Amino acid sequence: MSTAAKPRRARTKPSTDDRVALLREMLRIRRFEETCVQLYSTEKIRGFMHLCIGEEATAVGVMSALTKDDAVVGTYREHGQALARGMSMTTVLAEMFGKQTGCSRGRGGSMHLFDAALRFYGGNAIVGGGLPVAVGLALADRLRGQKRVTACVFGDGAFAEGEFHESANLAALWHLPVAFFCENNFYAMGTALAREHAQTDLAMRAASYGMVAWTADGMDVVAVADAARRAAEFIRAGEGPCFVELRTYRFRAHSMYDPDRYREKAEIEGWRHHDPIPALTATLRDDGALTDADLARFEKEIEAEIADAVAAAEAAPLEPVAELTRFVTSEHRSAP
Amino acid sequence: MTMTVSSPAPAPAVETATYREALRAAIREAMTRDDRVFLMGEDVGRYGGCFAVSMGLLEEFGPERIRDTPLSESAFVGAGIGAALGGLRPIVEIMTVNFSLLALDQILNNAATVLHMSGGQLNVPLVIRMTTGAGRQLAAQHSHSLEGWYAHIPGLRILAPATVADARGMLWPALADPDPVLIFENGGLYNSSGPLPADPATIDIERAAVRRPGDDVTIIAYGGTLATALTAADQLAAQGMSAEVIDLRVLRPLDDETLVGSVRRTHRAVIVDEGWRSGSLSAEISARLVEQAFYDLDAPVARVCSAEVPMPYARHLEQAALPQAADVVAAALQLAGRHG
Repeated sequence: MSTAAKPRRARTKPSTDDRVALLREMLRIRRFEETCVQLYSTEKIRGFMHLCIGEEATAVGVMSALTKDDAVVGTYREHGQALARGMSMTTVLAEMFGKQTGCSRGRGGSMHLFDAALRFYGGNAIVGGGLPVAVGLALADRLRGQKRVTACVFGDGAFAEGEFHESANLAALWHLPVAFFCENNFYAMGTALAREHAQTDLAMRAASYGMVAWTADGMDVVAVADAARRAAEFIRAGEGPCFVELRTYRFRAHSMYDPDRYREKAEIEGWRHHDPIPALTATLRDDGALTDADLARFEKEIEAEIADAVAAAEAAPLEPVAELTRFVTSEHRSAP
Repeated sequence: MTMTVSSPAPAPAVETATYREALRAAIREAMTRDDRVFLMGEDVGRYGGCFAVSMGLLEEFGPERIRDTPLSESAFVGAGIGAALGGLRPIVEIMTVNFSLLALDQILNNAATVLHMSGGQLNVPLVIRMTTGAGRQLAAQHSHSLEGWYAHIPGLRILAPATVADARGMLWPALADPDPVLIFENGGLYNSSGPLPADPATIDIERAAVRRPGDDVTIIAYGGTLATALTAADQLAAQGMSAEVIDLRVLRPLDDETLVGSVRRTHRAVIVDEGWRSGSLSAEISARLVEQAFYDLDAPVARVCSAEVPMPYARHLEQAALPQAADVVAAALQLAGRHG
C-alpha cells in the first residue's frame, strides 16, 4: 500500500441497486469479450485485440463515478472502458468488424474506439500517449471554468514512459482536474512489474509529483467505484489532480497473438480466485440482493444484446473504398 | 475565460516591421480577437520567448494565457492537442524543430491521426510554432531543418513564412483551420524586416507565391532559402538569365499548380532546400515536376540542398554545408548549358 494519503471522506457503501448494476455491467463486458474470442477465431475480427477479461472491475468502477460531461482517455485494452462509458455494443462490434457503422467507420478497429458525444477520447495504442492529451482536456476545462473531470486510464507499462512523468508533473504543477487511473495488471505486455520498475510502489512514486495518490483493489468493483467517486469528488472540489493505482489482473494473454509463456499457470489460477464477478455475485447473494432468477435474466438479456450486435455487424456495409481518404483533413475548413 | 469572438483588432499603423515583431503582432491580434486562443511553451512568458517573439505578452495577457511550461515537449504538445479537443485554440511554441522530436509521438500519432482514426469525429485545431534552420553556429543539435519530415505526414498543414507579411498573416488562418498546423520560422529571419500588410486577414495558407517573375528558370525556395534564391536571381540577371523565384509558403499540401505552371513556362527548375537531399522535400518536388511537367523540361531538375552531414559549429564549415546563392547560380547556369 502507498504511503501517500488518500482523500479522507466518509466511505459510503453503494446501494444494493448500484452494486447489482455494477455486477451486471461486468457480466455484460465479460460475455462480450468471450464472444469477441469466438469472432476472432472465425476471423470476423482481425488485427490486434486486447481483452480485459479479469479486469472488468476497473473499467466499470471508474466509469460509474463519472457524469456525462466528464471526459475519458482510455487505453488499447478499452472494450470494457468503452462499453461501461456508454458506447453501444453495436457500434463497438461493428468497428471491430471493420464496418462503416463502426464508431470510427472501420478506420480504428479494436484499439481505437472513439465517441465524441460521450467524450470518450480513445482507444489509444501508443502506451502513455493518451496522458498528455488528458492533461490538455483538463487544461481546457480549467481555462473555460468548467467543473468537469477528465479520467485518464492507463497501465503499469505506461507508468514507465516519460509521458507519464511529464504529464504527472504538468497536471500537478498546474493543478488540473484530471484523475489518473493506473490499471496495474502487473505486466507490461510480457514483462513483469518488478522486471521493469526499480520501485514497484506506483502510488508512492505518483505522490512524489505533488499529487494525492493511493491504491485500491482493482479486483473489487465496489472498491474501485468508491475510489473513483472519491477521486471525482476531490477534483470537483478543485483540489487538483490525483492518482489511483488499481491492482488488477488479466486472465487471458496480452493479445490474441500472445502465447503467454511468461506467467506461471499457478499465478493465473491464484488470481482467478479474485475474479471480480463471482466475488460480487456471492456477496450479493449472501445479502439477499440477487437471486438465481436475476442472474439468469441478466445472462439472457446480455446474450440477446450481443446477438443483436453480432447480427448488426454482420449485416453492416463496408466503408466504400472511394471514401478511403476521407477524414485525413476536415471537410469543413472553418473550425467548429 | 469567456468564449467570445470579437471583430479583428485594427492592424498596427506601421509600414515596416521585423519578422519577430510581425509574429508578436499576429499572436497579440489572435489573443485579442478570440478568447479561446492561448500560447504555451518553454520560456514564452517570463523570459519573453527564447527568440523574444512573445516579449511583453505575459504582462498584457497574464499567466493563464501566456503559459510557461516545463521542459516536457511531449507533455505540453500533447496538452495542446487535448486543449484543442476540449474546445480551445492553442498556440504551442517549441523552441526549435530539433526539440520537437521529443514530441513527435504526439504530433504524428495523435494530432495528425485522431481525425481519421475516429472516423471524422474529432478534429484537432492546434497550431504549433517552431524555429528551424542553421546559420547561427549552433551546431548539430540546434540547426537542422526537419520540416520536410513533417511535410511527409498526412493530416498536417505545414507553413513556412519567409516574409514579414506572412509572419504577420499566417497565424490567424492557421488558427481558423480545423486541423493541426505547424509553422516553421527560420531562425535567421527573426531580425529581418519588411513591409507589413495593412490587412493581414487577406493572407491565404493554400498557395505558393511568385516572389520574382522570370522566364528562363524557376527557382523554388521557402523559409530561410528564399533570400538565397532572390540573391541568386539578382546575380543571374546580371548574367542575362531571367529567374522566376517561387516561395513555397505551404510545404503541405504542396501547391503543384503554381510550381508546374511556372516550370511549363521556364522549362527549368532549381529547388533550394535547407534540408538534407536524400528523401527530402526537394526530392518530393522534383518527383512532382517530373511526373507532371516532364515534357516541358529542357533539363533535369536541379537541387541545392544542405550537405549530408550533421550541421557543424565552425562558421566556415557551417556555411560550406548550407545552400549558398553561388550554388544556386551555378546550378541554374548549368541547366542552361552555361558555366558561370
